[in-house]
Amino acid sequence: MKLKANLISGRTADQGAHLEAKTHKGYFDACAYCELNSSDLEKLGVSEGDSLKVTTDFGEVVVFAKANEGNPDSLAFIPMGPWANAVLNPDTHGCGMPGFKGVPAEIEATEEKPLDMKALMKKYREE
Amino acid sequence: MPVIKDAVCSLCGSLCDDITVTVEDNKITKIENACILGHSKFVGMFEHDRIETPMIRKEGELVPVSYEEAIEAAANILVNSRRTLSYGWCSTSCEAISKAIQLAEETGSIIDSTANVCHGPSALAAQEKGAPSATLGEIKNRADVLIFWGCNPVHAHPRHMSRYSSFSKGFFTEKGRKGRKMVVIDVRKTDTAKLADTYVEIDQGSDLLLITALRSIVNGHADVVPETVAGVSKAEVMELAETLKNAKFVCVFFGMGVTQSRSKYKNGDGVSSLISDLNQHTKAVMIGMRGHYNVTGFGQVATWETGFPMAIDFARGYPYYNPGETGANDVLVREEADAAIIAAADAGAHFPQKAVRHLAKIPVIQIDPYANPTTEIADVIIPAAVVGIEAEGTAYRMDAISLRMKKLIDSKFKTDEEIAKDLIAKVRELKRGA
Repeated sequence: MKLKANLISGRTADQGAHLEAKTHKGYFDACAYCELNSSDLEKLGVSEGDSLKVTTDFGEVVVFAKANEGNPDSLAFIPMGPWANAVLNPDTHGCGMPGFKGVPAEIEATEEKPLDMKALMKKYREE
Repeated sequence: MPVIKDAVCSLCGSLCDDITVTVEDNKITKIENACILGHSKFVGMFEHDRIETPMIRKEGELVPVSYEEAIEAAANILVNSRRTLSYGWCSTSCEAISKAIQLAEETGSIIDSTANVCHGPSALAAQEKGAPSATLGEIKNRADVLIFWGCNPVHAHPRHMSRYSSFSKGFFTEKGRKGRKMVVIDVRKTDTAKLADTYVEIDQGSDLLLITALRSIVNGHADVVPETVAGVSKAEVMELAETLKNAKFVCVFFGMGVTQSRSKYKNGDGVSSLISDLNQHTKAVMIGMRGHYNVTGFGQVATWETGFPMAIDFARGYPYYNPGETGANDVLVREEADAAIIAAADAGAHFPQKAVRHLAKIPVIQIDPYANPTTEIADVIIPAAVVGIEAEGTAYRMDAISLRMKKLIDSKFKTDEEIAKDLIAKVRELKRGA
């Protein structure tokens, strides 16, 4: 089952508290997840902490599932950071600002585990 | 043991200036009044992954080198580049920003700030329509209706509401939270929305529709507003418009929900127009919730030195500005930059994959106190002192009030300002040699 979702990114207090500790596991825990409401998680057959693969026109990334009842149906939120940026829209529409919010995404359960920060960034060097 | 009072917190754009810091043996051991973000910055700095020494990437691995070697390698990259992007300079002092602009001019680079991925569209909106604003002190003392639009201060600016807005008590707002109406407009029920008197949930990306509907009602044209706007019922929009018109002093605080969603700078332009309309009825202002503690300072310094607030291209020998062309992400996505200097910001973490992919291909110089995703793709790394803790300097709060940051402890690291100065000197030396 693939969930068609609208992906946004943004700040969280945990992400902010690790702004200057991005090599720590705390940063990974604070940023490598995707929030959906529990009915969406149920549709995907996953619980919190399971892995989700998020795919957009711009890439794919594996993150942990997290529930947030504040999200309306099929609105997905990934905290700002390298995991979100693996799939967000680089196009600035001529005004300088990339598409960090409102990116159509497909989300599915996966057995893969999220890459840590260094492993994720290493992929860019190797490409 | 020395206790330093009224230190300025150099993390977010709230720039809280009431922090009490206890220093023992050149270490910060206790901090009072700071939020989770500030606490992590001040106390956590001794646990964070500090870049201990300058480094150069050799055969894929980062190898420690002397400071002089790193400066020389960096200057060589800058001198040999035909299109350098200098990006960041927002978690640092205005003094360092001034030197960074000088370095960009000296090397014919493009220089851009973190506004490129934050409130850049708000700067464009201000250029189109203006940005009627006020200081946070005025908000604290006067504002009775507060709108938080597409921003989540509980997470991003945790003390904003207690110091300056919702919960603060001021001269004409002695009842504090009870005397203020708090409205949150967002696409999901955030922790800030949970504290609001009114939460208006809109369809993601439809901010401009709601702004336009509010403007129509405020201007007496409610008849043209359809039954549902942006997923919100007309009745709700009418009620919100009434609240705004009947307020004594409205402040719209707006964040990334406004600047990053569909319509981007046109949303800020719309907010500005709404503020202008509201000022026919009452007093209204707007303030962008700025992220990096001195991104506002970058805009100030760049504007008084070059005439433009960001995305400034010195390739022609004079400052040229066209954000959709000279913005950091555009230059990278077009694969135009052939070298980059990234300082006091983290493009590796905060730029979309296509821009990061290009950064990984070109020589990158990083100036930062801490290892972060940019370090993973950088080729020359120069560690810096933490401004606001290990170095003093000036920063501008989100309402463009300048505050002087204190030096709290000694550091073995050079400041961003000193590093930029050393780079300018080395670049000049190499250019003379050529």
